[in-house]
Amino acid sequence: MTNKTNADKKSVVANALGQGLEWVDARFPLSSNIKAHLTEYYAPKNFNFWYFFGSLSLLVLVLQILTGIFLTMHYKPDAMLAFASVEYIMRDVPWGWLIRYMHSTGASMFFVVVYLHMFRGIIYGSYRNPRELIWLFGVGIFLCLMGEAFFGYLLPWGQMSYWGAQVIVNLFSAIPFVGPDVSEWLRGDYLVSDATLNRFFAFHVIALPFVLVGLVAAHIIALHEVGSNNPDGIEIKKLKDKKTGIPLDGIPFHPYYTVKDIVGVVVFLMVFSTIIFFAPEMGGYFLEANNFVPANPLVTPAHIAPVWYFTPYYSILRAVPPFPGVGFLGIPPSLFPGVAAMGLSVLIFALLPWLDKSPVKSIRYRGRLYKQWLAAFVVSFIVLGYLGTEPSNVWGQFGPWLGNAERATVAARIFMLVYFAFFILMPWYSKKDKTLAVPERVTG
Amino acid sequence: MYVDELLSILVIQSGQSKLVHEENMSDTPNDKKKNAAQADQATVVDLEKRNFLIATSSVGALGCAAAAVPFVLSMTPSERAKAAGAPVEVDVSKIAPGSMMTVEWRGKPVWIINRTEEMTAELAKHDDQLTDPSCDVVSQQPDYCKSTDRSIKPNLAVMVGICTHLGCSPSAKLQPKGDMGDNWTGGFFCPCHGSKFDLAGRVFKGSPAPTNLVVPPHKYLTDTTLLIGVDTEDKA
Repeated sequence: MTNKTNADKKSVVANALGQGLEWVDARFPLSSNIKAHLTEYYAPKNFNFWYFFGSLSLLVLVLQILTGIFLTMHYKPDAMLAFASVEYIMRDVPWGWLIRYMHSTGASMFFVVVYLHMFRGIIYGSYRNPRELIWLFGVGIFLCLMGEAFFGYLLPWGQMSYWGAQVIVNLFSAIPFVGPDVSEWLRGDYLVSDATLNRFFAFHVIALPFVLVGLVAAHIIALHEVGSNNPDGIEIKKLKDKKTGIPLDGIPFHPYYTVKDIVGVVVFLMVFSTIIFFAPEMGGYFLEANNFVPANPLVTPAHIAPVWYFTPYYSILRAVPPFPGVGFLGIPPSLFPGVAAMGLSVLIFALLPWLDKSPVKSIRYRGRLYKQWLAAFVVSFIVLGYLGTEPSNVWGQFGPWLGNAERATVAARIFMLVYFAFFILMPWYSKKDKTLAVPERVTG
Repeated sequence: MYVDELLSILVIQSGQSKLVHEENMSDTPNDKKKNAAQADQATVVDLEKRNFLIATSSVGALGCAAAAVPFVLSMTPSERAKAAGAPVEVDVSKIAPGSMMTVEWRGKPVWIINRTEEMTAELAKHDDQLTDPSCDVVSQQPDYCKSTDRSIKPNLAVMVGICTHLGCSPSAKLQPKGDMGDNWTGGFFCPCHGSKFDLAGRVFKGSPAPTNLVVPPHKYLTDTTLLIGVDTEDKA
């Protein structure tokens, strides 16, 4: 007659679990992956506020996929039914309004956290050798995200959905020679129609999410191969404990950063919920008023503007004057310069690792010159973003001395030049900049 | 050379042969064969196998490209979309002078404007303010409409009501002056980015739109029946 103590019972359970894990590990690298990516992935110990936004991006991606799955259960990708099905989700589907607002707010918040994540990469030089590929995968993720946002925005089939898609697809017709055929091929019709809606739905729910998840995996695998950068922009792998081989300034991602990130998640979810429950349309910036009117191919809304996260690039598109054409050579006038400038304004981020010639990575050890350029870039990005939400006559016109030019257009042109100069002149000013000495070990 | 190296790697990985690393690889296949024959048996590149691999991979790549064609073509306008783009017949007798009507052709708004004599007279007066007054950009109208009034009948203008900037539909501001200012002589104003067009759809200088509005192919079946989507020369 033996009475098992509680401790004995526990050890029996532990043994069973241990055996289960052994069984799995013999067939799948579970423990070794948990070690490699969590418990024995050593991240620099000096991560600060800016390091929340990577894990938050991942959180929003998961939220978008989850809410998206539930939206597809009720949404109808058909030009006759789409608008009504979204209203049905909002009014009749139990909790449908919450799921839809989570998805629409999630789209904007995705760009908020991704822009902050990218800014972190810029100020601490996280794109520099050996992390160029992480950065390139990141640019791929950013492009994918823009595609997701664009295709997704057509689905509610409101006026802004419709005319936004019309404007963006028409951008492709500005490509010399093949343009009109390309945009007809993208639409599958002579105008944005049911065929367009149906294929945008396919891109939005199947094609791009696959690519996006794949790129995110590549982004993280590449990061864990070379190790994380940090606010000092120095390599912690250079100084390791001689016995254990663990970087002296490294701490295991789990539990240290999982716990820290939970704090970030809590704060983020507070902001997220506040928007969802109290301002889901965000005064027209997250969901535009015109999108509550069904799409009408014969009537263009009085003012067309993309959602806020596209507006800096949209401003650049509007700011570039059209190519006037060369009559005697038979070259017709063309919008291509504006379209090309807009494309370049997004793609130019990919060149950062090779444009930055500074001996230091982090802004902490950079000089005044770089900081001034960065500040000018941030201001340009924000002003261009604001101007893109407004009609081009928002600031009125200059007098006849400047040919009655619109003030906002002139301003957009100046800030566009600053935007591009930040990148194009970087090899020059990042080299010339007076930098400070970089410490051996990470600072606070 | 690059392809050679890639293939060599493939061959090595398949474990069937090994790559010869020669300091002076000669260029002609015959020389290569000779060199290869002289080299140690274990390090010979099997050129026949390599050529076979190149040939089969190329055929494979072609096959993949051919298989992609149906998928790419499936995204072009379907038969139903093409049928919906068929020509449209319009009775123009009921448009009062100085007003317009809008019909749908290929899902786009097509405007038919019955211009008064003052309106047509005005068209010749502001050439200096226009980007392309004599309609030199051939893609924007059929040859039979390449004139100041851009029409078959001087009063009846037919044009696609889609701005050549980014595809919005401009608003009609047919009457002079009004909310468009005292210099306005009648025409169209695009609310998206502020492009201005005259009553023949010609774009004013300073507009973001690069070219005049498109005049679609059209012909008159009778004096008052217009067919949009078929050229005048064509046999309908």
